[in-house]
Amino acid sequence: MSRNEQVFDSVTAEKPTSIKSAGWKIKVENLSKSFFSRNVHVSAIENANLEIGDGEFYCLVGPSGCGKTTLLRIISGLEKKTEGQLHIRTQATNQNGEEKVKNRPLNSMVFQEQSVFPWMNVRDNISFGLKAQGYPRAIRHKIAEKYIEKLGLRGFGKALPYQLSGGMKQRVSVARAFATDPDILLMDEPFGALDEQTKMLLQEELLKIWEETRKTVIFVTHSIDEAIILADKIVVMSARPGRILKIIPVNFPRPRRIEAMRADPHFGEIFSEVWGLLRSEVIKAQKK
Amino acid sequence: MEHELLNIATKNFTVTQPIPTSSPILNYESEKKKSFQFRQFFIKVVSVATPLLLLGFWEILSNLKIIDVRFFPAPSAIFSKLWDLFQSGEIWDHLWASIGRTVYGYIWGVVPGVIIGIVMGISPIVRAAIQPLIDATFPIPKIAIFPLFLIIFGIGDGSKIAIIAVAVFYIVLINTVSGVANIPSIYIDVGQNYRSSRWLFFRDIALPGALPFIFAGLKLAMGIALIVLVSAEFVGARSGLGYLVWSSWSVLLVEDMYAGLLIIAVLGLLSTYALNYIERVVIPWKR
Repeated sequence: MSRNEQVFDSVTAEKPTSIKSAGWKIKVENLSKSFFSRNVHVSAIENANLEIGDGEFYCLVGPSGCGKTTLLRIISGLEKKTEGQLHIRTQATNQNGEEKVKNRPLNSMVFQEQSVFPWMNVRDNISFGLKAQGYPRAIRHKIAEKYIEKLGLRGFGKALPYQLSGGMKQRVSVARAFATDPDILLMDEPFGALDEQTKMLLQEELLKIWEETRKTVIFVTHSIDEAIILADKIVVMSARPGRILKIIPVNFPRPRRIEAMRADPHFGEIFSEVWGLLRSEVIKAQKK
Repeated sequence: MEHELLNIATKNFTVTQPIPTSSPILNYESEKKKSFQFRQFFIKVVSVATPLLLLGFWEILSNLKIIDVRFFPAPSAIFSKLWDLFQSGEIWDHLWASIGRTVYGYIWGVVPGVIIGIVMGISPIVRAAIQPLIDATFPIPKIAIFPLFLIIFGIGDGSKIAIIAVAVFYIVLINTVSGVANIPSIYIDVGQNYRSSRWLFFRDIALPGALPFIFAGLKLAMGIALIVLVSAEFVGARSGLGYLVWSSWSVLLVEDMYAGLLIIAVLGLLSTYALNYIERVVIPWKR
């Protein structure tokens, strides 16, 4: 097997869903972020501590402006922290013990707004990350084709984004992130702008792909429902300056079925617990 | 009592008329479409009719000798002069000389304008180095430094091509810089997140992202190119449409002068249409 094809195969290989390697993947210690705007010191994140295990799905919820996106951008490297420590453990080998392809991105981000390039067709958008890593065209297209298939974009490979609906565009964005086979997937309210039904479909598909690939995911959302459906652990954040109030585990077995989860009384219990913590914070955030 | 009401209710429901096959809603839609098409057609007619009406008005005025035909000959006279110029073949040399200069000058201005503009847009250091020079030299009327160009590039086509290139360069550069500045930051984040190289960022994000602004610059620059061309040919050429206009005027061949002006106008119109067409092909996502 050529080295270039390893990416391709490690994504598609079926893995037992229960495997979870021990040890942390991302460790955030006493992390703070502040910035100056018009000479006023604003503290965005205060003393955040997190330890995210390899292959875990974390959701960050909190009132708007609480710094959850900022935390995500710091982890992604798009922004710098002010204080504290951020450790990310890289893997030298994949699960089969083979050496992993070098020059792989540590993380891929799925953004909040429409981040799909309007000047590239679906296939080129999906393979953009691979292009950045210097893969030859043939391999890029092969991998992109796989994800076009996986995310229900068949027949749209050559379409330009303006010809697609919002949901389809976010599928492209998700495919682009998965295509590079990153260690960590960072998702910043990727389904926030979609209508309820499209959102549910995409959640289902994300669950399906994630359960196959088991990447470490941090998913920022303002929807408690979404957090419960997707996450292993929900991180509840306070109003600005963002502090971590509580980390709530979601003990639904995987693979998950959304309808069954919603019908379960445990779903409601988690919902009330999260909302109980969030309610006063949301009010606080609105008063500012 | 209740039964009575129920009966009436059911009665009223059952007497509902079947929906006619040619629904009035559909007719309304097609009517709307028709009126839309008519409107589009009407708009086209207006944009052609206005210049024609003006020409007609001009024709009447000169036929009635209300305006001085020595300086404002009738459009019919100008068109017949134009026909003669094409028939005798005299015009072709001028036309090709002007088109050649414009095309070469335009390309020599656009290519470096876009490239340097994008590099300036991406790199604050390059921008800091070049921006003051641009700001200081941009307001100088290009024709004012034409004597310098004559010294440097000679009295041949070189000086004309160079002055067009310089004029075009500024417009395209300034538009490209703001084009890069106006790329939504989300696309830049994506490029950073996937660790794209500088070259990939330039080619796949900055250039296509700035295209809408670049095209605005290209259209503006085309008009400027023609203006500079004609002014340069006025003073320092032995061929070209500008030369035709100026030399005709100096010997009071007014109809020849107007024929030259007309050709310049048509060139401007055609180049605008061509650029609009290219824009639609290159930036299909911009609507």
